[in-house]
Amino acid sequence: MEGFWNIFQAFSVVLVIGGTPLLFATLGELLTEKAGHLNLGVEGMMLIGAVAGFAAGHFTGSPLLAMGGAFLAGGLGAMIYGFLTVTLRANQVVSGLALTMFGTGISSYLGVNFIGQKMSAEISAFFSPVAIPLLSSIPYVGRVFFRQDPMVYLGYVTVALLGTYLYRTRIGLNLRAVGENPGAADASGINVDLYKYVHIFLGGALCGLGGAYLSVVAVPQWQDGITAGRGWIAIALVIFAGWNPFKAILGAYLFGGLSIIGFYFGNYFSAWNISQNLIDMLPYAVTILVLTASSVRKSKEKGAPKALGVAYYREER
Amino acid sequence: MIRMAKQGNMTGRKAAAIRVTAILLAFLASSLFIRILGHNPLAVYGSMLVGAFGSPMRIRDTLTVAIPLTLTSIGILVAFKMKFWNIGAEGQILMGAFAASMVAYNLGNLSRWVVLPLMFLAGFVGGGLWALLPAWLKMKWNTNETIITLMLNYIAIKWITFLQYGPWRDPASMGFPKMPNFASGAIVPKLFGIQAGFLVAILFVVLAHYFMHHSKGGYEVAVVGESVDTARYAGMNVKKIVLTALVISGGISGIVGMLEASGVNHTLNASISAGYGFTAIITTWLSGLKPLVVLPVSILFAAMTKGGGYIQTVYQIPQAAAQVLQSMILFFVIGSEFFVQYKLVFQRKKSPNPQEGGQ
Repeated sequence: MEGFWNIFQAFSVVLVIGGTPLLFATLGELLTEKAGHLNLGVEGMMLIGAVAGFAAGHFTGSPLLAMGGAFLAGGLGAMIYGFLTVTLRANQVVSGLALTMFGTGISSYLGVNFIGQKMSAEISAFFSPVAIPLLSSIPYVGRVFFRQDPMVYLGYVTVALLGTYLYRTRIGLNLRAVGENPGAADASGINVDLYKYVHIFLGGALCGLGGAYLSVVAVPQWQDGITAGRGWIAIALVIFAGWNPFKAILGAYLFGGLSIIGFYFGNYFSAWNISQNLIDMLPYAVTILVLTASSVRKSKEKGAPKALGVAYYREER
Repeated sequence: MIRMAKQGNMTGRKAAAIRVTAILLAFLASSLFIRILGHNPLAVYGSMLVGAFGSPMRIRDTLTVAIPLTLTSIGILVAFKMKFWNIGAEGQILMGAFAASMVAYNLGNLSRWVVLPLMFLAGFVGGGLWALLPAWLKMKWNTNETIITLMLNYIAIKWITFLQYGPWRDPASMGFPKMPNFASGAIVPKLFGIQAGFLVAILFVVLAHYFMHHSKGGYEVAVVGESVDTARYAGMNVKKIVLTALVISGGISGIVGMLEASGVNHTLNASISAGYGFTAIITTWLSGLKPLVVLPVSILFAAMTKGGGYIQTVYQIPQAAAQVLQSMILFFVIGSEFFVQYKLVFQRKKSPNPQEGGQ
């Protein structure tokens, strides 16, 4: 039993690492959707961030520039989507899909020369785990949540900031108004297009950070298509979390755990004759189950911004 | 001040001109990108043309890619017409190939005239059922179909990989994880050096054209796409229409899987779908959801894919450049829709026109 407990603890530590890229991407998509925009380009923005972060880290050797570059690149990628859907009122679904294809193509294009290359030792050292005094000595919880790398902590901070921003500030209130009823927001003097642009940018930037966490911190070497569908899981997680940043962290870690379960408990599964390839289906199968369950509970109607996915035409108000 | 106003009914020709201009602008923007990389854009595009159409063999290769693209686009078109965002063609292709392979491995020794029709049918059923699940969930609980269809792609990939490493592994391959080759009766023959599946592709383009524009079913699909409420009010059985259309949509992709496994690879593996399911989303949208336009657009994209492979060898430009170019075209065409639907009205500041009040 002690063997299982040790494995479980090690599993929990890695679960948080596996959940962190999902967390950033989920928060990014959540912020975008609060502005009334469904951006299906998460996978693409993560890949843009992943390659930009890797390149910035590779050429400058600076961990901060790596993350800053990913943040900026993810945001700029999102601006393509923003221009198409905010200014040109294009179909949000197709625009998002196009962004995913663009991100997949451009990351694979720019990443060709990085394939198999590792992040430098200095950068890896910067992102190595830091124990937080006192908190890290709590049994289990301390080891799992408070002996992690700085980006994991940035994840906690982002959740808290975003929660406060959305529910405790005037700008956050305005943003939610834009997502719920842009006509009314416009009438009360809110610059609807500006709000949309800013939050689409920030949303994409967070997705970019999620991608860079994979390429710069977690893996940390370049692989083609490094995100492996995490962007899509993040979109599902936003629905699962009911558009609430605090619930998003639960979902992200849950799915972070699912993606590594085969690696840690492989022995237990093979004892029952279950193939690794079938266990690898778990995150995707559970996404389907969770999404179906939330649609059965109709939590969708409860949490989704009312004007999500609908273009706003002032002239047709 | 610039203001936008709804465009009156634009002629089809003018709308087409706007879309073609958008494609040209995409090439222009990509030229800039190629220029920055230090190559001559015209030379690169020229090489792409050579790579796609430079010899009879290259033309055959390009058309071999155009077949799955065309068929998959037709399948996706049926779903997109209803605003059902089926992005699971990749998985539907694989599950169609899986079902067809089941026939091939069990009955492959029978006559080609028995095996191939059965495989065709199995492919349709495999792909169709894989698309039925998200359609049913959507109808029953309004579950987001985009994510479900995408997740089913990954599950299909893992399933085929599982078969490849497990139960269907070829015992004769000396430990190398691959599935057995099909018996000759289970292989789609070639015609003019191209797999005969191109006949199927052309047939489905024509069928889809008649279905979408000249049949009751096509009309119903279009109405559901415009407004579910209108469809209900007109007494249509929306649930039945959506479920049927999605079985057809996924089924056509399933046929692609059958053709690719049987006519091109002669075996089953997880990479036979080769990203066609995603590229076809672009070609479908670019065709303006018109079946007859799907064919030339698919050939153009097949040419870009093949040409992209060629410039990799000539200029050492990574093959992914073709994908970047394709997504650039998509960006520009999506953006150009605005100019089909709206016109920009330039007016002087402070000239409120009372007759133009709200609608």
